Amino acid sequence: MDQPLLELDNLRVDFHTPTGIVHAVRGLSFTLGRERLGIVGESGSGKSMTGRAILDLIPPPGLVTADRMVFRGQDLLTMDKRERRKLRGRRISMVMQDPKYSLNPVMRVGEQIAEALRGKGPGVRRRVLEALEAVRIRDPERVYNLYPHEVSGGMGQRIMIAMMLAPEPDLLIADEPTSALDVTVQMQVLAILDDLVAKRGMGLIFISHDLDLVASFCDRVLVMYGGRVVEELNARNLRAATHPYTQGLLDSLPRIDDQREELPTLRRDPAWLED
Amino acid sequence: MIDVRNLDVRFGQGAGALHAVRDVSFSVAQGESFGLVGESGSGKSTVLRVLAGLNPRWTGQAALAGMPLGPRDAPLPRLVQMVFQDPYASLHPRHTVDRALSEPLEIQGIGDVGPRVERALADVGLGPAFRFRYPNQLSGGQRQRVAIARALMLEPKVLLLDEPTSALDVSVQAEILNLLRRLRRAHGLTLLLVSHNLAVIAHMCDRLAVMNRGAIVEEMDVATLRRQEPREAYTRQLLLASRGYDRDVAAGIVTYD
Ligand SMILES: Nc1ncnc2c1ncn2[C@@H]1O[C@H](COP(=O)(O)OP(=O)(O)O)[C@@H](O)[C@H]1O
Ligand SMILES: Nc1ncnc2c1ncn2[C@@H]1O[C@H](COP(=O)(O)OP(=O)(O)O)[C@@H](O)[C@H]1O
Ligand SMILES: [Mg+2]
Ligand SMILES: [Mg+2]
Repeated sequence: MDQPLLELDNLRVDFHTPTGIVHAVRGLSFTLGRERLGIVGESGSGKSMTGRAILDLIPPPGLVTADRMVFRGQDLLTMDKRERRKLRGRRISMVMQDPKYSLNPVMRVGEQIAEALRGKGPGVRRRVLEALEAVRIRDPERVYNLYPHEVSGGMGQRIMIAMMLAPEPDLLIADEPTSALDVTVQMQVLAILDDLVAKRGMGLIFISHDLDLVASFCDRVLVMYGGRVVEELNARNLRAATHPYTQGLLDSLPRIDDQREELPTLRRDPAWLED
Repeated sequence: MIDVRNLDVRFGQGAGALHAVRDVSFSVAQGESFGLVGESGSGKSTVLRVLAGLNPRWTGQAALAGMPLGPRDAPLPRLVQMVFQDPYASLHPRHTVDRALSEPLEIQGIGDVGPRVERALADVGLGPAFRFRYPNQLSGGQRQRVAIARALMLEPKVLLLDEPTSALDVSVQAEILNLLRRLRRAHGLTLLLVSHNLAVIAHMCDRLAVMNRGAIVEEMDVATLRRQEPREAYTRQLLLASRGYDRDVAAGIVTYD
């Protein structure tokens, strides 16, 4: 039988701050196969913290707890820090929301990708250039020699994707990976991710605030609000969402072919935060 | 109200020069809402900056309310104001909302400051409690409301909006778009709205121009956009790509120069 890639049960992320505890993620559970799982929700709903918790990259004073956290049969909760770090960047990769903070500022872009490839010798440069071409960077020779501050936001996102895909991970967590890209480039980058899931059997957690994009790209969608999943949907049925939060988000989107004068705005219900 | 003829903008000189805006012409009637769409780097913000008097080097003709503009002319804050994508960057972090809204009045020597500030806050749906807050005490949507209120302090006729909702959550975007539509009606504003989001343009504008690499590819009315019947292949591709992910569309994407 096919073993799940990732099993999460009752994941919590708490920040103990001087003014009290912030519950960033409150009891999240899901099982991921070799599929495209979307996580949507407004800013602050806990999407990034969920991704970072899986990688053990929650910044202090954040604390992660879970009843179960298993990657390909390996228990992440009891694994020692060194083992966990080895998993990260090889078997599990994450494209962070802001590429500027996850690239090394004093290292050329090409050298960083070469390092991610963990390769040496004359072939590496060619593989780096291929990785840059794969994410539709037009002039890879020039980009190879640039430093992170010399590239635009959209270019930085593509470089991050190239870098994270280089070690051919089993699981890729992509946090708003295409938000700074033009729609046409976004489509091409999604096609690359699509291929990796379809052909190599990679699992993908695709974090985004763009409901329409997730509905068209993913297999399954979790809708987060206030650190909880309020609704899980088959991506194709996103428009048929039943939770008032999901419905509210969908209604508030302007659409090319509608003529509504006034867009409905979301009326939040405190009950959405309860179990 | 806005008239732009053969506008050219170049940055830098010699071999490294960049022709950022190429022979752009369009006009916007009083009270009309006109959209500029296009991918990043296509020159949209530069066109707005020329009209706001924030870009000193350009050639061609530009006029606002019949007044010709010159490349080195000072901005005309009582005629035209601009709102930016990131309200955090456009509000001084150590100035209260009160100061942000009073400043334009004081610079212009306009009195009656207190009541005007309160009216402006009410106009953008913020209560008087917000008056003495700092930007970091506001949500993204509240900050954008303050930026809009500030832009309206001098009662300009033209509002230039540069991706005003791109940094906001969709539910907050809806609130800001509703606000802008209401303010446009109430104040008889002429809007020039830049966005990369075609649905936002369809919702807000009467007409629009599509830009690519500094030039206008085509101009159309909003009905044509809604029917998704543009004339140019470039615009058709943009529309297709905006509809969400599609394997075949992704494979067929071409670059237009
Ligand atoms: N260092 C921190 N201290 C306190 N709260 C934090 C910290 N970092 C994140 N949070 C909180 O965690 C919540 C979830 O954040 P995040 O996962 O980044 O949201 P999203 O990615 O959905 O926008 C937010 O409400 C945020 O305020
Ligand atoms: N002050 C400047 N100096 C040099 N180049 C600039 C400057 N402002 C804009 N550009 C360049 O001009 C082009 C058009 O930019 P912009 O008008 O900001 O595009 P858009 O708003 O459509 O994304 C881009 O290539 C940009 O890098
Ligand atoms: Mg996030
Ligand atoms: Mg711009």
